[in-house]
Parts: sequence; structure tokens; C-alpha cells
Amino acid sequence: MELNQSLYRQRRWTNAIGLTLSMGSMALGLAVLLWILVVLFSNGVAALDWNMFTQSTPAPGTEGGGLANAIVGSLLMVGFSVLVSTPIGILAGVYLAEYGDQSKTAELTRFVTDIMLSAPSIVLGLFVYAIAVATVGTFSGWAGTLALSLIAVPVVVRTTENMLRLVPGSLREAAFALGAPRWKVATMVTLRAARSGVMTGLLLAVARISGETAPLLFTALNNQFFSTDMSRPMANLPVVIFQFAMSPYDNWIRLAWGGALLITLSVLVLNIVARVFLREKSAA
Amino acid sequence: MSMGTTMNAPSVPLETGNPNMVSIARRQRLQDVVFHRLTQGFSLLVLVALLGIIVSLFVNAWPAFQKFGLRFIWYVEWDIINEEFGAAIAIVGTLASATIALLIAVPLAFGIALFLTETCPTWLRRPLGTAIELLAAVPSIIYGMFGLFVFAPLFADYAQVPMQNVLGGMPLIGFLFGGSTNGFGILAAGIVLAFMVLPFVAAVMRDVFEIVPPILRESAYGLGCTTWEVVRKVVLPYTQKGVIGGVMLGLGRALGETMAVTFVIGNANRMPTSLFSPGTSIASTLANEFGEAADFHISALFALGFLLFVITFIVLGLAKWMLLRAEKAKGL
Repeated sequence: MELNQSLYRQRRWTNAIGLTLSMGSMALGLAVLLWILVVLFSNGVAALDWNMFTQSTPAPGTEGGGLANAIVGSLLMVGFSVLVSTPIGILAGVYLAEYGDQSKTAELTRFVTDIMLSAPSIVLGLFVYAIAVATVGTFSGWAGTLALSLIAVPVVVRTTENMLRLVPGSLREAAFALGAPRWKVATMVTLRAARSGVMTGLLLAVARISGETAPLLFTALNNQFFSTDMSRPMANLPVVIFQFAMSPYDNWIRLAWGGALLITLSVLVLNIVARVFLREKSAA
Repeated sequence: MSMGTTMNAPSVPLETGNPNMVSIARRQRLQDVVFHRLTQGFSLLVLVALLGIIVSLFVNAWPAFQKFGLRFIWYVEWDIINEEFGAAIAIVGTLASATIALLIAVPLAFGIALFLTETCPTWLRRPLGTAIELLAAVPSIIYGMFGLFVFAPLFADYAQVPMQNVLGGMPLIGFLFGGSTNGFGILAAGIVLAFMVLPFVAAVMRDVFEIVPPILRESAYGLGCTTWEVVRKVVLPYTQKGVIGGVMLGLGRALGETMAVTFVIGNANRMPTSLFSPGTSIASTLANEFGEAADFHISALFALGFLLFVITFIVLGLAKWMLLRAEKAKGL
């Protein structure tokens, strides 16, 4: 009995320690998220004023300034990337979900897509530099768009495929039984049924690329002035934040915090909206 | 999904001879073929992109590889002026920071996954899980800024100085804690990186823990196991492959991460001698130098990029393979 008691006690203690540590790590994870948000807000709100949205990035040593050119540049490049990656991603996702079960190429594509999801984004920047900057001879908004699209496409492909796979087979069978051809079933039945899921994928892709810095460093580069010319170097929030945060000027650092707050808020809001979309779908 | 090819065969009986029906069936079949090839073409674009990346990186890296050969990998030199380049310093920095990140992140991720699947009240699971996923969504440049302005000063005062005082004088491991205590360096980068990859690893672990059949868990509880024992002796062995896959996924992320590292690693092209010494990783070398590089320097940077891509590709491929095997085991 004596031995049993001590073994029992030891097991209880191990359990208690293990669970406490587990709760501690959860608390630590949440604390880091909270800490980052608090730091962002306390530093970023000071930079949030009307000038940030109306003035362009200041020259070294000059007072004031804003982020207007960077905000517009980011919106343009992210917008065009969505236009490029939506059709590619959705059609590729349709292929993987509707035709992908029997073919080896589909299996390989799925494997490669998953790897591209986590591939180092700076290397994608190198690749785009080699094909779209070195050949043309100038950094450009288009090159930045291309780099962002390379990151967005795998996200769209995989969510589209997963969402299409959630559509019940009976829905497809019913459509086939009515004599509908395969492309109509795919576009008008399954894709429509998975609409909100596909939207979620698009939102997540936008969230993913709006904060990407590394692939833009040597594709879109930066531009001190306001410009909407996509064939020229283009200002964008992440690269401006990178340069300004490392700079010695106080107003640059202040603007970097403002930009950081702006980016994080939009990324988090996009993520939350995407989740609400998905929840409504699963509730329906 | 698995309806096979029989489904798109026209069910119209051709021998009825209704020319209208026949032409409709023919048209639809043609449309189907076009649609099939079209979607296939788009999915092949992903493969083309991968091939393009490998080929273009290698072509641009060729001058460097030609000059240094395989020696490039272990050559300890990064001299821009004399055009002597080796990847050893950056590789060491990359591997060291990624290893530190995983040593910290994996136990924490395991704790979070355990909490979310076993002890957390059901109504809290969703919001807490979402919070962890939001941590994964925070852009890496934010982690970088946070590391530069908030973490590094605190780390210098409250971690580096005490560690150096206590551990710096110890034999064998003392040298690890030498050097300046300015808050930057390999260890600082590893810690920031840990918080960056933590949510990814935790999310994968949670997902694989959830596939353990409830009956296995319940039988173990029924035998009188404590929660800790259920997780250690039932859940963990059952999900082994998935957990390893998740860890590898985290490793892949940590190796290729640019922004979170560049801000805090110190950016020095010297071989690090201690955990506090500034170093550089492949990604941060690229981020810092590529914009101002020319000629042969560019080629050497492409060679670094090529190495990074190959390493992460292998790591991520293994991760994916492990996770696929874990998924297959689920079916049993």
C-alpha cells in the first residue's frame, strides 16, 4: 500500500506539473499576441493623423510627411496580384478537386503547392528579380505584383481545393444525373456551393501578401514620390516600414510605427472576416 | 470527386439518330475536354513556377559556383571587395537561429496543443485557437520591429547581462555567453523567430491531436490514466508522424524567414563565436546586400538563395511527406 500511495502521488504531481506548464505556454502565446498589439497601438496611434494618408514619404532630414504613396502603392500591387491569382488559383483548385483523384500530375502539383505555401518568400523575390527586373532593366510595380502573385496563388489553390472537397458528392451526382456536362457541374454547382469558402481563401491570400516585405525588396523596390505608374519602382508599406524603422530619423520611425499598425490591423481584420465567412458557411 | 470518367460520358443514346441531341452531346463533350485541359494547364503553372525558380536561381548562381565549386558551402569568407565568397557564415547563422527557435517553440507549441485539445473548456477552444492563428497572421516585419525596438533592449538588460554574469565564467560552455550584450545576435534572433514559428507548429500539432480517435483516449482514461499520461503515452505515439511533420514545417519557416531575423541578428559577416555575437542568415544577407550588389556579388547572392531554396525544399518536402503518412494512418 505504501508503495502504491507514493506512485499515485508521483503520477498526480507529474500530471499537475505537465498541465500547469501547458497552461503556462498557452498564456505565454496569448501574452505575446497582446504585447505586440499593445506596443503597436501605443506607438502607432501617435503617428495616425490625416497627414499620414495625404502626404508622401518625407525626404531624409525633412519634417512631417506621410505614407500616402506607400499606401496607394501597396493597394495597387495587392489589388493587381488578386486579379492575377484569383483565376489561376481557382481554376487550378478546381482541377485538383474535380479531376485530381486519378492523376499523378495532380498529386505532384498538390505536393509542390504545399511546399510553395511555406517556401522562403525572399527567394521568390530573387526569382522575380531574375525574370522581370534584370531583363527589363528597372524595378517596377509589375515585378512586385508578380512576386506577390507567386505567394498568393498557392494559398488560393489549396483553400479552393479543400472547400470544393467539402461539397457533398450527392450534389454533383444530382447534377450529373440531370445530364449536366462536367464543366457546368464544376462551375455552376460545386464552385457555387463552395462560394463562401473560396472567398475565404481569397481573403486569406490578401492578408498573407499585404504584409510580405522580403519579395518586394528587390522587385518593386521603393519610391519616395507619389506614383501610380506600375512600370516604375513603386513605394509600398512593408518596404517603407523596413527602411524607416532602421533609419536614424525620429519622424521616419514614427511613420514606420504608423504603417506597422495600419498593416497589422488590416491583416487581422481580413483574417477575422475570413473566419466569419467560413463560420456562416458551416452554420448554413 | 471520385466519380471517375464514366460520369462525363454522354448518356444520350446516339443510335436514336436525333441530330439535335447528337450535336448537343458532341458540343458538351468538346466543352468538357477544353475545360479539363484549361484547369489542368493552370494547375501545371505551379509546377512551371517551381521549375522556373530552380533553373533561374541556378543559372544566375552559376558564375559563383563555377569559381568556388562545392567549396562555396563551407568556405568561411564573405569579402565583397575582393570578391571572395563562401556561404559558411550565413549557413551557420541560419541553422543556429532556426535551431534555437525550434528548441523554444516546439515545447511551447506542444503545451498549447495539449491545452487546446485536452484541458481547455469547450467554449474557450475556438476563441483561443483563433488567437493562436492570428498570431500566425501577424506579418513578419512586425515581429522584426517588435524585436528591434522592444525585445532587444529588454533582452540585453534582463537576460544577456545576468546570463553572462552567471554562465559566462563556467568552463566548457562559458564561451557561448561571451561577447557584447547589446541585445542583438544569434540568440535574440532565435527567440524572436521562436515566437514567429510557434503558432504554425502549435496549429499543426492541435490538428493532428484532434484526429486521435476518441475511443483510444477514453480507454486510456478508463484505465485510470492521468491527462498527462494519456497525452504522453497514447496521443503522442499515435500522432508521432504528424507532430514531426509539424516541427519540420516550423523548421522550414524558420530557415527561410527574412524580416524577423534581419532586424535582430546583428548583420555581421563574421563567424559567430558565441550565442550573443552578431551574425547573419542567408535570408538576412540577401535582404541587406542584394539591393546594392553588382556583378559577381549578385551571383554569389543568387548562390546563397539557391542553397536556401534547396535546403527549405528538402525540409518542407519531408514535412509534407510525414504529414501525408500521418493522414493515411488516420484511416486505420
